[in-house]
Amino acid sequence: MITAAVQEREHYLNASYGIKSWLLTKDHKRIGLLYLATITLFFFLGGAFATLIRIELLTPQGDLVSSETYNKLFTMHGVAMVFFFLIPSIPATLGNFFLPMMIGARDLAFPRINLLSWYLLVVGGLFSLFAMLAGGVDTGWTFYTPYSTTYSNTWVIATAVGIFIAGFSSILTGLNFIVTVHRMRAPGMTWFRMPLFVWSNYATAVIQVLGTPVLAVTLLLVFCERVFHIGIFDPALGGDPVLFQHLFWFYSHPAVYIMVLPAMGVISELVSVYSRKAVFGYGFVAFSSVAIAVLGFLVWGHHLFVSTQSVYAGMVFSFLSYFVAIPSAIKVFNWTATLYKGSISYATPMLYAFGFIGLFTIGGLTGLFVASLGIDVHVTDTYFVIAHFHYIMVGGTIMAYLGGLHYWWPKMTGRMYPEGWAKLSALIIFLGFNLTFFPQFILGYMGMPRRYAAYPPEFQVLHVLSTAGASVLAVGYLMPMIYFIWSLRYGKMAGANPWGATGLEWKTDSPPPLHNFDETPVVTQDAYDYSQVMGEVIEVG
Amino acid sequence: MGKLPLFPEQASTFAPEVDHLLYYLLAVAVFFTLLIFGAIFYFAVRYRRRSEQELPHVAHTGMVLEIVWSVIPFGLTMVMFTWGASIYMKESRPPADALQINVVGKQWMWKLQHMEGQREINELHIPLGRAVKLTMTSEDVIHSFFVPAFRTKQDVVPGKYSTEWFMPTKVGKYHLFCAEYCGTKHSGMIGWIYVMEPQDYAAWLNGGAAGGSLADNGAKLFQDLACTNCHKADGSGRCPTLVGLFGKKVQLADGRFVTADEAYIRESILQPSAKVVAGYQPVMPTFQGLVTEEGVLSLIEYVKSLGPKPAAAVPEKR
Amino acid sequence: MANEAHAHAETLALREQFDTAEQQKDASTLGMWIFLVTEIMFFGGMFLAYTIYRSTFPAVFALASSSLNVYIGAANTVVLLCSSFTMVLAVRAAQLGQRRAIVIFLILTLILGGIFLGVKAYEWNEKFQEHHIPGPSFHLEGTNEQGHAQLFFSLYFAMTGLHALHMVIGAGLLIFFIFKARQGIYNADYNTPVDLAGLYWHFVDIIWIFLFPLLYLIDRHLGK
Repeated sequence: MITAAVQEREHYLNASYGIKSWLLTKDHKRIGLLYLATITLFFFLGGAFATLIRIELLTPQGDLVSSETYNKLFTMHGVAMVFFFLIPSIPATLGNFFLPMMIGARDLAFPRINLLSWYLLVVGGLFSLFAMLAGGVDTGWTFYTPYSTTYSNTWVIATAVGIFIAGFSSILTGLNFIVTVHRMRAPGMTWFRMPLFVWSNYATAVIQVLGTPVLAVTLLLVFCERVFHIGIFDPALGGDPVLFQHLFWFYSHPAVYIMVLPAMGVISELVSVYSRKAVFGYGFVAFSSVAIAVLGFLVWGHHLFVSTQSVYAGMVFSFLSYFVAIPSAIKVFNWTATLYKGSISYATPMLYAFGFIGLFTIGGLTGLFVASLGIDVHVTDTYFVIAHFHYIMVGGTIMAYLGGLHYWWPKMTGRMYPEGWAKLSALIIFLGFNLTFFPQFILGYMGMPRRYAAYPPEFQVLHVLSTAGASVLAVGYLMPMIYFIWSLRYGKMAGANPWGATGLEWKTDSPPPLHNFDETPVVTQDAYDYSQVMGEVIEVG
Repeated sequence: MGKLPLFPEQASTFAPEVDHLLYYLLAVAVFFTLLIFGAIFYFAVRYRRRSEQELPHVAHTGMVLEIVWSVIPFGLTMVMFTWGASIYMKESRPPADALQINVVGKQWMWKLQHMEGQREINELHIPLGRAVKLTMTSEDVIHSFFVPAFRTKQDVVPGKYSTEWFMPTKVGKYHLFCAEYCGTKHSGMIGWIYVMEPQDYAAWLNGGAAGGSLADNGAKLFQDLACTNCHKADGSGRCPTLVGLFGKKVQLADGRFVTADEAYIRESILQPSAKVVAGYQPVMPTFQGLVTEEGVLSLIEYVKSLGPKPAAAVPEKR
Repeated sequence: MANEAHAHAETLALREQFDTAEQQKDASTLGMWIFLVTEIMFFGGMFLAYTIYRSTFPAVFALASSSLNVYIGAANTVVLLCSSFTMVLAVRAAQLGQRRAIVIFLILTLILGGIFLGVKAYEWNEKFQEHHIPGPSFHLEGTNEQGHAQLFFSLYFAMTGLHALHMVIGAGLLIFFIFKARQGIYNADYNTPVDLAGLYWHFVDIIWIFLFPLLYLIDRHLGK
């Protein structure tokens, strides 16, 4: 037991100093923070592109930027946000930091591979950043052939190489998490005593490991087609451009579950701790995570309903798409039931959790719309789809990510964030988000196509509302940037367990010691047993 | 400011069907949204934390509840599936007597052709109350033919034909959009569909096309490309006769049977050794590069004009 | 047992994050198997493309396949199988802590792998001479469907190229482990890295076992 004065207590942040101690670290906690910095940069980069897009769309004519530039803006917005922000986000930051702690381990199974994963993301990011700065890429983040392989004159290859490398970052993280959960659980930590955050990240890891290699080989084929003209997607040589779509979406549909499953894991934690109750239906929520991961691989053809895919295949994919919706619905109902007769706190993370449940419900319900063949024929490739996936990715994942950041901030940094400003930001984000994206459902059903720089004048009012919302949303996102950094120096000191949470990570000091636990814990309780934590210091109600 | 349109016009037989399905989906969505938002709001207020000492003691699971809230949503979604699938099936089966229009998409314009020979760019005039079937292909990248007022859309892919059909129900002018990103001027690849009273349409048709019907153009191309040297009407040449071919089942050299549809004829012109007819030698040269996509479509019309009309509508290969 | 597990000094067989050497061995082995699954998915995309195009253009694919030298391909297959055998012997030697034997068998594996790659290079050069490399000067005798024939060869080069790349990486691993083995660090208590390298090598071999019939043996008959 360390007996030094509080401010001299050794923990993972002050155990060593200097840039080498960060760039060559094997500590999963430091690697989580390295990722935090990297993905935050890409988030603001993708956000800058989105800002320009929304400003352009204030007027029906394409007058702010040229068409070529606009096409690059939406492409790079998608690439930055999907591959360099959302896919790594929760697993690589919060997952890296807390998954080992939650199961009572000293680190992940392969710490050096963990560091390698971060470097791969950075190198991949540099390739894509180079492409963006050298002139941009304009194929859409979906790279459909033959436009991307034969017709586009932009930095397709550099971007594809960047994504390819980042893909290996994702694969290695997934591999690390799977082995860690299988082999590094502390004694007594059975599968069904694990926090639901771990279940979610485990299911995500399975998708990362099985799906991402297919993206990698698809990008490799695009590279070969573009450089060597092998003809695999070129109709003039007997190739099939739609084959690309099948290969691409085989990864990219499960990818959306990589982006949302960890968020759901965060919400399970938040809903539980801020109701001071075990998650209702723990087993159902855990199995739902696995079911989503499995079923998510069977529905990729719902992106191809109007692509000349066979009508019968379309029906099979539509049918299966409804199956994958059900486990998500089960989770929403279970989280809501957790609140019943709970002890509900309005701390900022809980506000984000409420926001997530509401907005994910809307996003998920609109998924039912696009899964229906008759509706999808009309709304595919319109703003309706854009609204649908932003409700899930932004209203869902990003809100859960912010909620998780606020929840675990005291543990990671030893400081509290300012609660008043945080609640205000959450509200601004919620309002700004809805104003940005709800009008887009209407735009989409009216027929406003995606990826249009200019549009008919009758769509303008809705676009203006959407851009107004985006400005509010931008303010909402900037605020946490500012106060989180402020809190590192001026935030209130946090104790070991300011929220009265269960979970092994809260049994350590804030910030945690270098090796997490002085002795490997022995687990004897289920995951969410609050009777054990009563009496600990509670910071915020 | 004028009125703010928030809902697209209904101008085809599909539109009200799709919109009714939309209303059902909206009803389910609104119901569950209000249910969840309401429950969260109510629970959050009713059970808000009043003291730091409170420790809820409630059951953590309920099998009956889990089953109920899995099965009921599943049932609701199966309605969504079946309803949507049935509209989709209809959309894939154009009626046999549909008015045929050929569409070639290219960066960044739509080229449309009536059988009577009329050509249009970025505009399509069609008569009210008659089914219209588009046979479409692209010269370059993937495009998509989208008419919001008709609620229909179909990708237009290079190297193959795709079809889309609709029956307009209202005279007027409706947006046509390209709905698959295709490069720089994607947002400029737009136009108008003009639905006219039948008599106005007939007048419009008569006012136009010099140069004969599409089948006539095809006949001329057939001569110009010297197809007549081998494909003699009486079958006496080195190659099979094309009279009565369209829609027939053909036996190939490897024993397979295929139907002589548009895709078959296009492939026979551009990649003749892919499917050789039984009893004949693979001597036909390829015309890839010697004939445009519109030329191919006109040759197909010519071949159709040599024989019986195709049988009752079956689901079109998309 | 586990209560006493705590932060300890790091050794090769028991790194910091693990509690027991057995845990480390299990975790490392599981990790390698998962990695091999990702490799299956990676190659799988190309196998899918191959399956689709072969079933669409069966005659051209058979013709193109017959232009490959089946005797050389078969001999190369035997070479690779032998290299897997020597690899197994290396792993066994590592388990027994036989330093010289490990090094010898790894070197033999490396040599056989090198022979395979050399023969592959010869075959590719032959394709180059025969104008079977996809591109402007591509021509395959005996068919009008040059585009479809090019598809076969594109897949041939992409798949054997990807396989060869994995072999080169494998060769790099072998060289690394030869140096490590010379230091005498592998024994009955610690030989997992050699074991895992063996798994990788066998996997690359198995990929070739699939590639050989799919590429070389389409519609072949004895005596043809």
